[in-house]
Amino acid sequence: MPPATNPNTNTKPANQYRLPFEAPIFEMEARLLELEARQAQAKGADGAAGLTDQIKTVRRELVGLKRAIFANLSPWETVQVSRHQLRPQSRDYLELIFDQFLELHGDRAVGDDPAIVTGFAHLGEQKVMFVGHQKGRDLAERTACNFGCAHPEGYRKALRAMKLAARHRLPIICLIDTPGAYPGIQAEERGQAAIIAENLMAMSQLQTPIVCVVIGEGGSGGALGIGIGDRVGMLEHSYYSVISPEGCATILWKTADRKDRAAEALKMTAKDLLRFGIIDEIIEEPPGGAHRDPRGAAVALKGFLSRSLRKIAEIPADQLLEHRYQKFRRIGAFFEDPPAECVPPDSPGTEARADSDPVTPPANGAPSPS
Amino acid sequence: MEQLSSPHADVRTPDPAAGPPAGATLPMAANRSAPTDHVPLPHASKKVPEGVWMRCDGCSATLFRKEVERNRNVCPQCDHHFTRAARDRIADLLDPDTFEEWYADLRPADPLSFNDRRPYPDRVAAEQQRTGLNEAALVGQGFIKGIRLVFGITDSGFIMGSMGSVVGEKLTRAIEEATRLRLPLVIVSGSGGGARMHEGIFSLMQMAKTSAALARYHAAGGFFISVLTHPTMGGVAASFASLGDVILAEPRALIGFAGPKVIQQTVRVKLPEGFQRSEFLLEHGFIDRIVHRKDLRSTLAQLLNYVTP
Repeated sequence: MPPATNPNTNTKPANQYRLPFEAPIFEMEARLLELEARQAQAKGADGAAGLTDQIKTVRRELVGLKRAIFANLSPWETVQVSRHQLRPQSRDYLELIFDQFLELHGDRAVGDDPAIVTGFAHLGEQKVMFVGHQKGRDLAERTACNFGCAHPEGYRKALRAMKLAARHRLPIICLIDTPGAYPGIQAEERGQAAIIAENLMAMSQLQTPIVCVVIGEGGSGGALGIGIGDRVGMLEHSYYSVISPEGCATILWKTADRKDRAAEALKMTAKDLLRFGIIDEIIEEPPGGAHRDPRGAAVALKGFLSRSLRKIAEIPADQLLEHRYQKFRRIGAFFEDPPAECVPPDSPGTEARADSDPVTPPANGAPSPS
Repeated sequence: MEQLSSPHADVRTPDPAAGPPAGATLPMAANRSAPTDHVPLPHASKKVPEGVWMRCDGCSATLFRKEVERNRNVCPQCDHHFTRAARDRIADLLDPDTFEEWYADLRPADPLSFNDRRPYPDRVAAEQQRTGLNEAALVGQGFIKGIRLVFGITDSGFIMGSMGSVVGEKLTRAIEEATRLRLPLVIVSGSGGGARMHEGIFSLMQMAKTSAALARYHAAGGFFISVLTHPTMGGVAASFASLGDVILAEPRALIGFAGPKVIQQTVRVKLPEGFQRSEFLLEHGFIDRIVHRKDLRSTLAQLLNYVTP
């Protein structure tokens, strides 16, 4: 059972949560601790001044080391960081950057899914509706939350809260952090696929600003189910993917052991998604990752949320939905040759039927006025 | 069922790679040999195997292949529905020679430079060769018993009918055209693959794109009938396929979000009999009707009649 370390208290990651590539950081931290202990002992003695200088140097080097290691994480290492036990979650950010959170429970149909948290909150002066996945911070909460894998009632609760927000023009903040929607018997019985589809459709039409941020794991449809927004950001060491690296590896190479290769192949890091034009911004994490400095991560996240709400406010209200529509409409990578100005002459059925209006399909990517 | 006496009379795109063996006279999905590197869907019924005779997955009866083909790939003994190629389904469902295909030239790109055991473009080329299709979806307009509509279909034989950028784009354009032309919309889904892994996040976002287009279509007063065939899973089930005003399914089709194998591994209990089958979805309120393949065309016509002036 993991110790109930609260990430909010800024404690150093406990030993059992060490990731292999963090070893040099832990080593240097140990050295720093030792120097600090010696300094405390030598207080007032002759060597104290020298120790102070040494400590300063090591502290500076430590920041540099954290930056260097975390700037060059492999995709699989990024996945490991995104899943770190001490990485701040929705409820941590609620405590750190939101005020007056008033939680709303239940989907009005089946139950209340703790894997998705919803409620009214203040972001600075701004009243918002908060929606976020919660994985759970200790074993009891993790079990209750199914490790952030929401059931249909979670997505239905989210949609209920978001519709309420839209009616009252409250901006919606969605924090995404899930390995995926829950794959279980009851989840299927209660329409996991249908409710996610419903959310995708409904969110595209909610007449209020929506900001979505992947704060940890962006696992496939379960992530997208609360992921349709006007601005979409990702924390630096999060991932967003159509399938988990383990799932991909199992399908392609028949073993989850190749997950590192799958993580690389899937191009699932924030850098990749920014390059693809899928997300708007990468939110930089503190040196060494959000799990080392949840407060620092919270400040960065708050900055992004406020900035995004200001940016969305610049969009005229009557163009908001068109803007959101085009944001997702333009995503796709394909060839078209020749461009679809006309139906190909040898297209089956074109000559055979002269009794209806000829239809010219729209040019590539052109929006339909509807 | 006037046009259905010979379901294969209207096959327009012969399958150059299928190489039908002696006894099999017509190219169709069922005759395509599965590529060796293809991962079979758990519980997926096998394609109709090669040869003059075949065994039914449903009742294990030995059947004369031609008879099954004449029966639209349905077992004459037990009504087991084998998979059916998109073009054959078009011939089954639409008035003869009325399908006008749109955007046929959309071809997949390779935004991830995805390479598992072979580069994605090679895989696509092989699938194109094997199936005679450019991609897993065909869209266009056509008529059902004289009623004009926009029609889309995914072929579960093309990279498991999975949705990448081209499938998403074709369907979205078709939905937008249906909105613009104020026409009813029918999409027949068959996808064991859901969102296509090989195009990564681009595939995932097609779920958002198609669903948003349907939201506009709904708002504009459209009528969308979604037809689910075996199998309809993952990202396809969790987007456009579940958003029909009316949802029909063929008997015993596997329909769901997570694959049975993944669920089995997660919950570690025996999955109930008939889990994630059409009948299970009907019982739980997620589809309107289960329709036998032979009745699909007339059911669609009946439904369309209610909303067509």
